[in-house]
Amino acid sequence: MRQRNTLSNDLTIVIVERDKERALSIVDSLLETGDHKIHVLAEESGLSRSIARLQPDVVLIDVANPSRDTIEQLATAASPLERPVAFFVDHSDAQMTKSAIEAGVSAYVVDGLHTDRIKPVMDAAIARFQMFQRMRAELETTKRALEERKVIDRAKGLLMKARGISEEEAYALLRKTAMGQGKRVADVASALVTTADLLS
Amino acid sequence: MSLQLVKAGYIPLVDAAPLIVAKELGFAEEEGLSLALEAAPSWSTLRDLLAFGQIQAAHMLSPVPVASALGLLAGLPRLNALMVTSANGNVFGLSSDMTKRLLDAGFGFDLHDAKVAGQAIATLPRPLRIGVPFALSMHAELVTMWLTHLGLTTGQDFHIQAVPPPLMTAAIERRELDGFCVGEPWGSITVERAAGSLVLPTAAIWSSAPEKVLAVRESWAEENDETVSGLMRAVWRACCWLSDEKNLTMAAEVLSTGAYLGINSEVIDRALSGRFIINSTGDMRRVENFLRFEGNGVCFPWLSQGRWIAERLSQRYGLPETADLAAASQVFRTDLYRKHLFPIGAEMPLRSSKIEGALTQPTEVSTVSGSMILGRDRFFNDEIFDPSAE
Repeated sequence: MRQRNTLSNDLTIVIVERDKERALSIVDSLLETGDHKIHVLAEESGLSRSIARLQPDVVLIDVANPSRDTIEQLATAASPLERPVAFFVDHSDAQMTKSAIEAGVSAYVVDGLHTDRIKPVMDAAIARFQMFQRMRAELETTKRALEERKVIDRAKGLLMKARGISEEEAYALLRKTAMGQGKRVADVASALVTTADLLS
Repeated sequence: MSLQLVKAGYIPLVDAAPLIVAKELGFAEEEGLSLALEAAPSWSTLRDLLAFGQIQAAHMLSPVPVASALGLLAGLPRLNALMVTSANGNVFGLSSDMTKRLLDAGFGFDLHDAKVAGQAIATLPRPLRIGVPFALSMHAELVTMWLTHLGLTTGQDFHIQAVPPPLMTAAIERRELDGFCVGEPWGSITVERAAGSLVLPTAAIWSSAPEKVLAVRESWAEENDETVSGLMRAVWRACCWLSDEKNLTMAAEVLSTGAYLGINSEVIDRALSGRFIINSTGDMRRVENFLRFEGNGVCFPWLSQGRWIAERLSQRYGLPETADLAAASQVFRTDLYRKHLFPIGAEMPLRSSKIEGALTQPTEVSTVSGSMILGRDRFFNDEIFDPSAE
């Protein structure tokens, strides 16, 4: 069995995330890498103060979160008077940082923390954020498919009414037109719906 | 002819106009470039996208490339400023509470005199909490310079805090900030939401402060000379277009669309025309040269301006005396500016460095091909910055 020195492996981690479900999901994945003490901050209000109070080893934040610039200041604060925690942006492992940014997460690590200790946490966070990205992409695809479906149904309805044809015939006509013009059925349907809206 | 794709990032601000105009008015296409623009959620993310190569160019705060050369960006690659894309364009403002105090004290809100405004601000309860968009910014440099000169100590009498502009108004409403320094449209949006008032354009602190630059990775600039040339020409032409007053209404319309700033064009027009509504009572002020894109040497990436930034960063961050500030100022690429923009008619000053703060009025100087007018260049405290003086 693998021996783990809990004292050296456990980190205090702050996750800045508004979405509760996402936050919990990140917490779960990080806990698989050690008995970390994890705090979730959902509010932008007083972010620097909260982080200063919690004295974390690592702060994780979505790269799309504008509050990154607030946390960035903890890493680049000019004078010791303004610097509650000595953070740095962890660019020591360029490949890891690049993967993290691509996955959509950025990490701020307390000065002096060894790369070996941060790596498992980062790997877990990166994997989880990649999953979020996939989920978001899937959600968007599904949403678009549903919207296209709705437009095609409306276009079919318009054709059925205007030409007195059946639903199947209407769809066949849309498809034939699309093929003839080298377009997608959804695009032809959308053009028809827009035109009908303009004429009505 | 197939177009060369260039991905460029920006923060949705009025001074992102040069990149947006370069794309929307076809200046990029004329240079054989297909400019794909991507709005970034924060300056740190924009910097990282650029540093890690997801984008090739960015609308960037002028101190960021200098900071990259001074080693302040923790291992990120060197960034270059190909040209300055705007001078000034930020505004300092105060929360409603602080505004009321100044009104009661008879302060006139002339939006012009930085000394008078600074002395009034020095009477407010300390420490003042002042929001800026990003730690490495002209906002932070100019506010620090201004208040320090008036006898206030940073970290003691005032704190500079980085707050994303879209969250700034809310932070003021929650009374977490007393003052703010932001690029437009965020000052005007704060006024629109009745959370605060405008007190001073940063142009009143330094009348020709380089605000945003066209930034690229130094290694990318070296390997893509032709694309760099096309990009610089397109953006410079956009800057020239933007400096023609009759184009400003159209510029405001282009910027206001949902794809870019997504706000009322009337609010954008305030920064472009320099006609501001400064408080929720609707008082108006006219600010000359609030934001400038080209003309009078604005776009030229003066080594002396890079050096000024390097000196300020060195002081604020307590860099060792061995830090090579002259080398850091070289990220302002006057060489590329001369090489790529002289052939299309940009005026080239004889020297790449000048004494900053020395022009009380627009002044004619010799150039490679004739002469040009340099705009008024003054610091509020009459400071002179001579980069050749060691």
